[in-house]
Amino acid sequence: MSEAKPLGGRIFTPTVFVCLLFIGVAGFVLVKRFIYGLGPVSNMSDGYPWGIWIAYDVVVGSAFACGGYVMALMVYVLNKGQYHPLVRPALLASAFGYTLAGVSVFFDIGRYAHAYNLYLPWQMNVHSVMFEVAMCIGTYIFVLWLEFTPAFLERWKQKGLNKLLNKVIFLLIALGVLLPTMHQSSLGSMMILAGYKLDPLWQTPLLPLLFLGTALFMGFAMVIFEGTISSRVYNLGDETSMFAKVSRILYWVIAVWMIVRLHNVFVNGHLGDAFSGSFLGNMFLLENLFLVVGMTIIGSSKFRSSARMLFIAAVLILCAGALYRFNVYLIAFKPGAGFSYFPSWGEQMVTYALIATEIAAYTFFVKYFPVFEVHEPVESNS
Amino acid sequence: MQKIKRRDFLKGAAGSVALLSVGVQSQSAEASTAAERGSEHVGILYDSTLCVGCNACMSACKEANDMPPDPTGGSITLDNADDLSENTLNVIKMFVDGNGETKDSAVDGYAFIKRQCLHCVDPGCASACPVSALYKDEHTGIVKYNKNACIGCRYCQVACPYLIPKFEWNDWYPQIVKCQLCDHLIEKGGVSACCSACPTGAALFGKVDDLLKESARRLTMEPGVEYAFPVSSIDAGTVQTHKASEYVPHVYGEHELGGTQVMYMSGVPFDKFGLPDVPKHSYAAIANGIQGTLYKSMVLPAIVFSGLAYFINKHKKMEEAEHDTTNSNEDGGKS
Amino acid sequence: MNQKDFESVQEKLGGVSRRDFMKICSALAATMALSEVAVPKIANAITDPSRPPVIWLHGSECTGCTMSLLKTEHPSLEELILNVISLEFHETVSAGAGHQALEALEHAMEEYAGKYVLVIEGAIPLKDEGVYCRVGGKNFVDEVHHVAEKAAAVIATGSCAAWGGVAAMEPNPTGCVGVKDVVKDKPVVNIPGCPPNPYNLLSTVVHYLTFGRLPSLDSENRPKFAYGRLIHEHCERRPHFDNGRFARAFGDEGHRQGYCLYYLGCKGPVTYANCSTLNFGDAGSGCWPVGIGHPCFGCAEAGVGFNIPQFEVSPVLHKTPGAAHAPIDKEQERGGKASGAEIALMAGLGGAAIGAGAVFSKKLGGKESDHAKNKEA
Repeated sequence: MSEAKPLGGRIFTPTVFVCLLFIGVAGFVLVKRFIYGLGPVSNMSDGYPWGIWIAYDVVVGSAFACGGYVMALMVYVLNKGQYHPLVRPALLASAFGYTLAGVSVFFDIGRYAHAYNLYLPWQMNVHSVMFEVAMCIGTYIFVLWLEFTPAFLERWKQKGLNKLLNKVIFLLIALGVLLPTMHQSSLGSMMILAGYKLDPLWQTPLLPLLFLGTALFMGFAMVIFEGTISSRVYNLGDETSMFAKVSRILYWVIAVWMIVRLHNVFVNGHLGDAFSGSFLGNMFLLENLFLVVGMTIIGSSKFRSSARMLFIAAVLILCAGALYRFNVYLIAFKPGAGFSYFPSWGEQMVTYALIATEIAAYTFFVKYFPVFEVHEPVESNS
Repeated sequence: MQKIKRRDFLKGAAGSVALLSVGVQSQSAEASTAAERGSEHVGILYDSTLCVGCNACMSACKEANDMPPDPTGGSITLDNADDLSENTLNVIKMFVDGNGETKDSAVDGYAFIKRQCLHCVDPGCASACPVSALYKDEHTGIVKYNKNACIGCRYCQVACPYLIPKFEWNDWYPQIVKCQLCDHLIEKGGVSACCSACPTGAALFGKVDDLLKESARRLTMEPGVEYAFPVSSIDAGTVQTHKASEYVPHVYGEHELGGTQVMYMSGVPFDKFGLPDVPKHSYAAIANGIQGTLYKSMVLPAIVFSGLAYFINKHKKMEEAEHDTTNSNEDGGKS
Repeated sequence: MNQKDFESVQEKLGGVSRRDFMKICSALAATMALSEVAVPKIANAITDPSRPPVIWLHGSECTGCTMSLLKTEHPSLEELILNVISLEFHETVSAGAGHQALEALEHAMEEYAGKYVLVIEGAIPLKDEGVYCRVGGKNFVDEVHHVAEKAAAVIATGSCAAWGGVAAMEPNPTGCVGVKDVVKDKPVVNIPGCPPNPYNLLSTVVHYLTFGRLPSLDSENRPKFAYGRLIHEHCERRPHFDNGRFARAFGDEGHRQGYCLYYLGCKGPVTYANCSTLNFGDAGSGCWPVGIGHPCFGCAEAGVGFNIPQFEVSPVLHKTPGAAHAPIDKEQERGGKASGAEIALMAGLGGAAIGAGAVFSKKLGGKESDHAKNKEA
């Protein structure tokens, strides 16, 4: 087992400059938003009170950031120690994903200065799903950075502190597994309250379970996706064999999820709607098509050993999960009364800028802090 | 490499099953958590057949709640709100069919509907609100708003089945805006401004129990025969005589999503007014059922947490031990 | 008021019948929105020989306010008005002239010191110490200070006296101001209008005579009974406004149909006055500017009349619901349509991401074969 090391190298690559450009434009949009309100920069309305800032930045983005969650679950809870090299990069991506989701919430909520009310015991509404999600995500961001702290301590050579942290880190890891389980399922419970506004193909009391499932399979897929890109971009060596093993677990997670999902739609008597040729019916089919193709790829041992096919499967599975979550929060959400929604360019720019921030910051971190375990040079040298 | 123990695996599997069963159970558990009407709860009975569409209630509402005009709908000169908005808590809408000549007729007729907050018995908005900024007044049952708590997350808008809460989209520090049944007037012994302004008693204020009795009485009336209808407030004692119309035999809000305190009676089916056809149990009760089962007193999360902590600690120690041994023969390389 | 009491005053009233007299009292009560109960009180007050007298001064003005007062018919001037309000001094209707008249003023001031009601008509020029309006060799501003000192109440009648009116129009060469800017130690009741409705003045005076206090006033010190609502709120053409039927030019089809004059520059929606309910000159209904087809000029409202051009369309204060009704469902304005640019932005970036992914996965393929070779090796 090798130790993680900083990769070093230039920080301001062309990619980072493009990212900064997006961030600049989004900065302008946000200045406008904080001076004139949400209306002038967004297409949100009283019918669509949540746009992509919630649907993507929080709901989909936090699922993309579930890599840290699933790897912690695998390595520490299910004791699959061989995946240990994947933990730290996944944790870092999760920390960024969640932190930016947390930050973007403050762009979205109208009365941000009153957010402290969440922590006033007499104001808390413990029955509110939103309360639970807010609390869990808030705490989880903190926990994620604590989980990642050993990387900082190693870089700054704080051995004593690192040892101390190492003694209690199992508690943090336990929290790091518990909290996402709670809030990822609650992101699903959240839309139960939307009632008839959410299309019956998606509206079900099983939303929390299905959301937890998407968080799991998206987390696995994200580990493969990120790992594949990082290993190529930074010449870290080939990890295909490890991803192949991960994908076998992923296969079964997806299988169970699809059975629950389709069974639920069938039992509720809405399976016919899926084939009605309607827009939403097609969206449902597209979701499942992505999943079936992704599953088929990782189900074949031949494809599993190909980095390219694994990557394609991971992308398809991420698309399926993202589409499912988009459907629940935006596309299949039909408030009626003449309301419609398509994200404004300003909303889009802020979301793109968040992704850009994530990429830029990730690039910086892996170069400056010990995140990746670098394999022997012979493998990366081809 | 440590293999997962059979015991551990079973535990994990049991956890997933628990979550699955919670989802199923909650469907049956919802009834027990549903809220009920209080005897002191107040509300409005809006009788579409009595409404003449004078809009006096809209005007009175603006004045009583100090709301700005809403010159939407193409008119620059009038407060012509064409829907509820951050400036309008109450709006009279008109359903028209065909030539629109007969009042309260679904075919070739027209009818009015008063849209405002229905003050649910089990309000989705209050259930959704993470900081209790929207809450149900214990005494009157009015769903009130406290801007000093609101964080502006707009979950209430997602959760409201009637699209009532409105958000000040064009304000740098916005609020949620909704009808609070003129609670400031009720506190002083008054009635909601829309009801005191209503000249025909179409909007009738009163205790919900009394209003339900009144609505039951109206459903038994013979169309075309003259009856006395209370005006303004059901205990005010003032009545007007009108010919009873033919009612749709349903009081909208009596059972909808656990019931509401503002209720509708009409001569045309309620779906013509764009009112959603919703089940008897509130969505809030379903969500609360699930959340309540999962997070009751945080017992389940606490058990899961201690289990997780135990396994992680154990596995981490094993891993470290293994790490130490592999370190010694690292030169052997890895495959 | 019973017959016996009435007889004692009938003589003084100059042969008016009891019935007509009570009608006048009722009309005044109605203008002030007082109940029937107030009618006998009014009757007693205006026949009380010891009632406070009225002193009337003229400043920079056209005497139009006096003219409109002289044209009242209920009560008509020659029979009643002098008796009703006990007009002790009024330059226009004074029998005497010159020093004789001014002596009468001084005499009245001394006899009723602290009791009389001072009515001022016209603006007060202040520039160059007020030399632009001189009465009896004295600057008018000094005269106002002098007479107001011993007045029980001060009433500024007409827009000139209320806030400067036409006399204070830009560029205001004589520096004219309203009475409230000169008399600051006493409440000044404003009865703006050009001219004001005489019944508003009469009713204010009679209210003071009857109850010994001024009627309730708004923030501009105007009696609420007369200036509490916009002209627009009670306009006879209001239904046309509500239904969007407007005259667009003088003499056009809409104008001939008697439609709303809003787009001709009517200031009714920004002017507080009771013109639309009280009308003018006792000539029957419809006898006021809007009634005869001319848009309201806003003469009674400071900052409107003589300030905003007549044909400029005004905003609408106190918007009230129109007669139209909201439809059940409407196409919502906000977020209703996605612009092409917004869709293009998302499609463009989405396409770029897919392209990058495709290129990347292609590269992966190449690498894979390398690795395969490596492994074989």
